[in-house]
Amino acid sequence: MSYVSRLFKRPLAVLALAWLVCLVLGAVLAVHIAPYDPLDQDLLAIKQWPSSEHWLGTDALGRDVLSRVLFGLAPTVAGVLEAVLIASCMGLSLGLTAGYFGGAWDRWVQQYVSLVQSLPNILIMLAVLAVFGQTMLPAMVTLGVLGSAGISRVIRSVTLAVREDLYIAAARICGMSDAYIITRHVVPRVVGPVIVQMSMFAAVSVIVQTGISFLGLGEPPPAPTWGGMIFEASASLNDFPWLLVPSGCVVALTILSFGLLGDSLRDASTEQWSRPSQRRRIQARRAVRPTDLPTGQVLSLRDVVITTGEGEHTRTLVHKVNLDLAPGETLGIVGESGSGKTLTSLSLMGLLPAGTQVASGTLVMGDQVIDLTNEASLSRLRGNTIGMIFQEPMAALDPCFTVGYQLAEVVRLRGSWSEAALQAKVIELLEQVKIPNAKEVAARYPHQISGGMAQRVGIARALASEPQVLLADEPTTALDVTVQAEILELLRSLSQSRHMAVILVTHDWGVVADLCDRAMVLRHGHVLESAQVLDLFQRPQHPYTQALLAANPHSATPGQVLPTVDDALMNLQGVNVQGGSA
Amino acid sequence: MSQPPLLQVNDVRVDFTQGRSPVFQALKGVSLRIDAGETVGLVGESGSGKTTLGRVILGLTEATAGQVLFDGQDITHLSRAARRELARDIQVVFQDPYGSLNPARTIGDTLAEPLLNDATLTRQDIQRRIVEVLERVGMPVDTASRYPNQFSGGQRQRIAIARAVIGKPRLVVCDEPVSALDLSVQAQVLNLLNELQRSMGLAMLFISHDLTVVRHVSHRTVVLYRGDIVEQGSAEQVHHHPQHPYTRALLAAAPVPDPIAQRERRQQFVLARQAMA
Repeated sequence: MSYVSRLFKRPLAVLALAWLVCLVLGAVLAVHIAPYDPLDQDLLAIKQWPSSEHWLGTDALGRDVLSRVLFGLAPTVAGVLEAVLIASCMGLSLGLTAGYFGGAWDRWVQQYVSLVQSLPNILIMLAVLAVFGQTMLPAMVTLGVLGSAGISRVIRSVTLAVREDLYIAAARICGMSDAYIITRHVVPRVVGPVIVQMSMFAAVSVIVQTGISFLGLGEPPPAPTWGGMIFEASASLNDFPWLLVPSGCVVALTILSFGLLGDSLRDASTEQWSRPSQRRRIQARRAVRPTDLPTGQVLSLRDVVITTGEGEHTRTLVHKVNLDLAPGETLGIVGESGSGKTLTSLSLMGLLPAGTQVASGTLVMGDQVIDLTNEASLSRLRGNTIGMIFQEPMAALDPCFTVGYQLAEVVRLRGSWSEAALQAKVIELLEQVKIPNAKEVAARYPHQISGGMAQRVGIARALASEPQVLLADEPTTALDVTVQAEILELLRSLSQSRHMAVILVTHDWGVVADLCDRAMVLRHGHVLESAQVLDLFQRPQHPYTQALLAANPHSATPGQVLPTVDDALMNLQGVNVQGGSA
Repeated sequence: MSQPPLLQVNDVRVDFTQGRSPVFQALKGVSLRIDAGETVGLVGESGSGKTTLGRVILGLTEATAGQVLFDGQDITHLSRAARRELARDIQVVFQDPYGSLNPARTIGDTLAEPLLNDATLTRQDIQRRIVEVLERVGMPVDTASRYPNQFSGGQRQRIAIARAVIGKPRLVVCDEPVSALDLSVQAQVLNLLNELQRSMGLAMLFISHDLTVVRHVSHRTVVLYRGDIVEQGSAEQVHHHPQHPYTRALLAAAPVPDPIAQRERRQQFVLARQAMA
């Protein structure tokens, strides 16, 4: 859907735009549509209420208010256009070039911007008005120049972020000139904030302009200006308050329109990539103990269904997944992106991303039976009987606190500790995950440790509550292979020494082969196969598993074309591909 | 050596300064050659300097010392204008297929870019080339009028490859082109790169952290460790008879999808780590 049609879906935006279009039309056509000359005085008909002759009444000198409002439009519109044009040209060019080129030019621009922003705007405007006589043009140009400083700051910071994008590097390598890159690559990316800034600035310029005329510093009377009309209305506020209504309303409506339009423009431009963050509330059912549970499992999941969207747009992402986990067992959940492997694992933590929800499902842990739709009841399990480690170990640690502090935080949740005992426990946790110089590491901030070390800290944090189950979502994907091998070794020894069950979510068959006792293959939210790893690798039952294993470069001969999943599935046509809905 | 190499990197050093903190040596004097039509795999872990070397060749990072020769011409410190001439010859495929295409531009606009500096091409020529190259990388023709957000990671990487080869370059730097992709898609993209390399006679610098992937695409493998080349040789040789302990550790660290073989690998990895220490 195009930007314009998204915009027009918003009623407020349409109203605001319609009002602004009317203003421009009014300004252009004032001479033709105004019923009277704005300067025509009729002293026999002063301060009249609206009537069929004077739609908006007359003022203290018997002049037609509607005509004066209409003739006051042209200077207002012209002033707004001047100010916005100057501010956007200067702000855009300064902000774009400063952000894009950086270096000395950026420093100069920043100095200039700081200088302009530190000037007392009102004094400058008054000085300009005094020097150039009472005309609005130079005043509005000044306002544009003063306003451009703030706008260029915003544009610069947006440009700084865009500059580092890879497509900019790719365009440079293609030999594109800086001018081309700025106009074709950077401008489309910053246009959203530019529009918002401009609409806000337009509103400000209406206020400033009205204020100047109100103070009598703009066009001298009897010329019709909105600010002048408000001033005249205020003079007769006691005996004829109506006068304030037409002039005050047009000013207020115009400012409001710019504000509303700015909001709508911003929303319409971000709508494409931001999802509604509302979560559908599902009435939690009473958990019923499933009847088909094997004995001696530490954790079981039954009939987990995860959906996204509402009503007729509902799509099912995970279809009735069942899972059993024995104590001390390591279970791999394997699949490609979009297979539902991460959603399944997150559902038992109650941590599904916004926009997705558990439609049904039951979790059994020991004698507890929990309905997965009831997220509140899951919070007791979170980090208590179930611990979790994440794919991005750095992102999972708070950069503002030391490693030791973040571990102590979790330890403190369980019982009361003396400060010394707390520190000792933190050191003990770090030593458990085989961090050398634990004491020193505890005092460091996350950015001072490596990714592998950060993942060890993440594991230590998960271990603090001595969970029975550790949920590991792609714990080594972001790490180097040599570090990955060490982390996997650590997980293996921890799971053995503590008899802790591990659920490992991964797309890497090598990791499955290395660590898992049993694995479950997921595709499009369906469990295709679940078996002991030795069986799975030597006798894969499902064609998709076979294809996925065959597509691994490890098992291919160099120099030959690598087998791909699609080829392999193609060759298996005629075999009933369960759940392969694609 | 009968033919001069297409790309010659001589003793390139790159130092990074960060504020007042001490200098970080990303590359400590690296030399490398790539012949025409040859694929060289560059393997290393994060911080080894492999991406930095790619950026030096592409002119995105300034070398502190040393020399990069392309076709005999020194391209180490070229001006932007001179670099423009090279744009047709040296191209790139980045790791992140989501960041390397501008979300606000159509695929057609993106693909046209490498050709825009060629004044001999008319608009029709460019359109024809776009259709050709899309077909070549296995994308439907209507791709050109669509935006990046309508494509999956694997498809975007095909588009990025199309952008790299549309100008018929002689050298393509591939910086981890498959590590962000699903396993099944990786194989497809690697096959595509191999096919293009052979049919177009491309030379490639294939940067990756995965020795297995590198073995499948490269003729020669170079192993980089903390800014130094620790080993180089034919892909087979490096893979089967690694000389340096780091290469051995790297090989043994990558888990194989076979539980029994993997058990053995674990032992090898422990041994290799001890050898390095």
